[in-house]
Formats: sequence, C-alpha cells, structure tokens
Amino acid sequence: MNTPQLNATSAWIRSRERIWRQWSSGRQARPHGLRIEQAQSYVDQYRLLASDLATARRLLPRSATTAALESLYAATHASIDRSSRQTLTGLRTLLRVGIPASMRELRPTLAWIALLFVVSSGAGYWLIAQYPELIGLVASSEMIDKVEHGQLWTEGLFNVAPSSIISVRILSNNIAVSLFAFCAGIFFGLGAFYITAINGLMLGALFAYTRQHGLDGELLRFVAAHGPVEISVMCIAAAAGSAIGESLIRPDGPTRRESLQRAANRIGPALIACALLLIVCGFIEGYVSPDPGIALRVRALIGLGYWIVMLVFLRGGLHAPAASKL
Amino acid sequence: MDEQEQLSVAGLTGIDLSFPIAGPGSRSYAFIIDWHIRSLLAVAWLLAGWLLLRLYGHDNARFFKGGPGLLIGWPAALIYLLYHPLLELLMHGRTPGKRMAGVRLVTQRGGQPSAGAILIRNVFRLIDCMPGLYLVGLISCMVTTQRVRIGDLAAGTVLVLDQADSAGALARMPSLVAASGLDPRVIELATELLERWPSLSVERRAALARTLLTRINPAWSIDTLATVPDADLRQRLRDLLPAAA
Repeated sequence: MNTPQLNATSAWIRSRERIWRQWSSGRQARPHGLRIEQAQSYVDQYRLLASDLATARRLLPRSATTAALESLYAATHASIDRSSRQTLTGLRTLLRVGIPASMRELRPTLAWIALLFVVSSGAGYWLIAQYPELIGLVASSEMIDKVEHGQLWTEGLFNVAPSSIISVRILSNNIAVSLFAFCAGIFFGLGAFYITAINGLMLGALFAYTRQHGLDGELLRFVAAHGPVEISVMCIAAAAGSAIGESLIRPDGPTRRESLQRAANRIGPALIACALLLIVCGFIEGYVSPDPGIALRVRALIGLGYWIVMLVFLRGGLHAPAASKL
Repeated sequence: MDEQEQLSVAGLTGIDLSFPIAGPGSRSYAFIIDWHIRSLLAVAWLLAGWLLLRLYGHDNARFFKGGPGLLIGWPAALIYLLYHPLLELLMHGRTPGKRMAGVRLVTQRGGQPSAGAILIRNVFRLIDCMPGLYLVGLISCMVTTQRVRIGDLAAGTVLVLDQADSAGALARMPSLVAASGLDPRVIELATELLERWPSLSVERRAALARTLLTRINPAWSIDTLATVPDADLRQRLRDLLPAAA
C-alpha cells in the first residue's frame, strides 16, 4: 500500500469511529417490534453498512476489518430479509387463502389419485375374491386368525386399551402415513402412487376377505365414521406428493431444484390441512369406531358430516372473512 | 489451501454477500449434539413422570397402558419430534447443536427461513433418514453443490457456517488507527498476535513479534530484537497499540 493510499485508508477508518461503535454495540439486539421510523433507520443502517463494506473490500481486501463488516452485513441482511412475524394474521391467511389455493392446484391430480385408489381397491377386492389364499400378502396372521374365528381384528380394541391411547396411536400413525405419502413424491411421484395403490389394494382385499367370512358389514360399521375423511386425506397427501414429483419431471422453473421449492411452498398448506383433519379423525377412530354401542346410521352420519366439514374447510369456508359472508 | 465453498447472495443494496457453506462434517456434528439433547430431554421427562407416578402408587402396567402413561409419553414424543422445527423457528435457524457446531440455517437469499420452509425441511426428514442413519440425507449432502439434504432442497434452505462475531474488533479499529498512526493491516496483525499470545509457544510468538516489530520500525533489526525477552516483546507490541492495552 503506497503512502497516499495508506493515508486515505486510515482517514476513512478514523471517520467511521462513531458509526462503527454504534453498530457494534447494537450487534446483539435483534430488531423486534420496531416502529416505522425505527425500521426505516435500521434499513438506512443496512445501506450504510453495504457502502462501508464495498469501501473496505476495495481498500482492505481479506482483512479482519472487512471480515467484521461482512459478518455484520450478513446479520443485518438476515434480519431484514425474513417473513412477517404476525402469527395470527399468517394463520388466518393460511386458512382463508393458503389451503384453498393449494387445494385448487391439487384438484386435477387429486382426481387421478382418487381414481387410482378406487381402481386399486377394486383390484384388491377382485384378487382376494378370486384367490383367497393371497390374503397373507396384505393381512397379518393375527388378523387372518381372528377373521377365521368370526371376529374382526378391531373387536376388543376398546377393552384392551383406553380410547385416549388408541386415538393417539392411530393419529400418529395416520399423520406419519400421510406425511410419508407426501414425501415419497420426491421419487418422481412414484412413491405417492405406490402408497395410494397399496392402501387401496389392502382396503379392497380386506373387504373381500371379511365378506367371505360374513364380517363385511362389521368392517363397514368400523370404518363408516372415520373412513371417508381418512381416505380423502390420504388421497390429498398422495396428490401433494404427486405434485412434488411432477415438479421434478416437468420443472416450471429454470432448474428442477427451484421447481421443487416452488411446488413445496405452494402445496405445503394442504399438508397442514391434512394434519389438522387427521387429529379429529384420530379421536373418531379412538372413541366412536371401536364402540359397539353406536349404530351404523349414527356412524354414517358422523362420517358424512365430517366429510362435508372437511370440504368446507378445504375451500376456506370455515374461515371466510366477514364481508364475504354477507 | 482449498477455497471454502460459498453461498453468494445478491444483497438488497446491490452489494453481494457470501456465506461459507457447512459441509457434511459440521452438519453431522450439529445433528449428533441435537440428537443427544432431544433424546436426553425426552428420556428425562419419561423418567421424571415414571418416578412421580410410582411415588403416587401407580404400577408399571398402569403406567404403560393407562391415561397417565399417555400424559407422560405423549409430551416426551413431542419433545423428540418437535425439537428441530420449534427451535429452528425460535432461534432463527439455529438449534443448540447448530450453535455449538457453529452453523445456522439461511434461505437461498441469505435471510431467515420462514415457518413454512422450516416445516417442509423437517417433514422431509422422513426421506432423508432412510434407510437408516440418515444415509439418503448424507449422500445428498455429498453430491449436491450446496451440501444440502433433500429437506433443504425442497425448502430452499442452506446450512452455512456462522461467521465469527468480530464486532468488538470493528469498534476498536478507528481509535487504534488514530492513536498509533500505523497501517491498519499492521494493527490487525499486532492485535491478533496479542490476542493469541497466551496460546502460542514462546518461540513462535517471539519470532512473529520480532518480524512484525522490524516491519513497523526498520531501525529495529531482527538481531537486536533477538536478545529482547518475551515479556518485553509483548510490551513493545502493546505500546504500539495504546488503545488495545
């Protein structure tokens, strides 16, 4: 560094004494709940910091001073470039706008996934009706044993463990299956298709097998209350997974990576809706479904009623703003 | 020395930022610390609940099957499962393990990740942990340019090394320049040498101090400084930086 340049650098550093001291003292405090003028001043500081960093990079490249300014600039940038922390407003927007928008996008895929589920259920039913010995492929030996003795595997569930335990176990299992159906979409959508087809196949096969032993009515009684929403949610999660897969097969961005990120952002709200719907499903499956005292009509009413509530919820109807209700 | 892989981001002012990307090593180190913390917390909760129930006369069978077991088991499961998403949200992209490993989570634009991005990142752990020991995630970290696992790819997040907080040094620099009249680079070297003085061997620090002092004042030669004791060399450096002393 020649003498004039050294003098210029030293003079510039000396001129920054007050401002650098001020920035350093405020380094640990994260801006939170700022008034507009405070926020404006924070943004001004960011601009000044950028200007100082540019000067430091030119005058003192690869120096500790430049590194300190880089670190301060990065921290200030992270504080500015972030989403709003208005939790309640964000939640309302998610329920009114995010979930319905996400569901609208999934509608065509959802139709195909529902068709796949119906076809695979039919295939499972036909397979076991024709070849009952293949039931071992989809049911455990305990389940088969119980059905062969004229009992559903769900019977006695109510006596072995309390409803609260059953609910939580079922709820966690259902959420895990739905999340997995979504995540498995990363394998170009094939994972989501596979999980849908397997679940459909199992349902059809179990109905065929219980029919052969005169227990299909009992199985229908068991699934009538929770089944409609649970199956729908599984299909929604699989449709979300397929959309993830589609974003990789037919990217809508410059790269597959960006396309995946966009798809995950758009579809994420549907996944939150699935988890919320499954919480109630878990309670129905724990308290209503195993209870032999509840009649089929009541179960069907609960199943249909909750399914309608689900439709309204997914369309944003449960959280419509006051103006739109008029 | 290899150049550290960097995440370059265009700043909002047009001045770009760069973040050093955390590799699979720092990532695994952070994860192992976090895994131990969340496991210990969950087990501690379970044990405390079990002891409390035993104290009130509940036996083991009732503990595992009954309602109290639910009250104790469910929060333990929640602690284990929600540890990452909740802490990443509350600690602005960090967890205790990430803090100890010196890494943090940022978006592709260098900002703080949103709640949605953190949720998506954590949901994809289901795939990343397959078939065991986070093999898919680890392979993904090794083959991707930004060293990210599949959850990060989907959420648009990157794990970067936390840059050292040198705000104190920045605040001292102008007064040091004003008081010493020295080249700012020499001041930085002298300050760093004085900070690291206790951790360096006597021979090493004396050699570095002599080299630096001869550069500052050519009248001092290496030979004349060779006889100056260690403590005096340190004092001479301190005298050059009055504000640092």
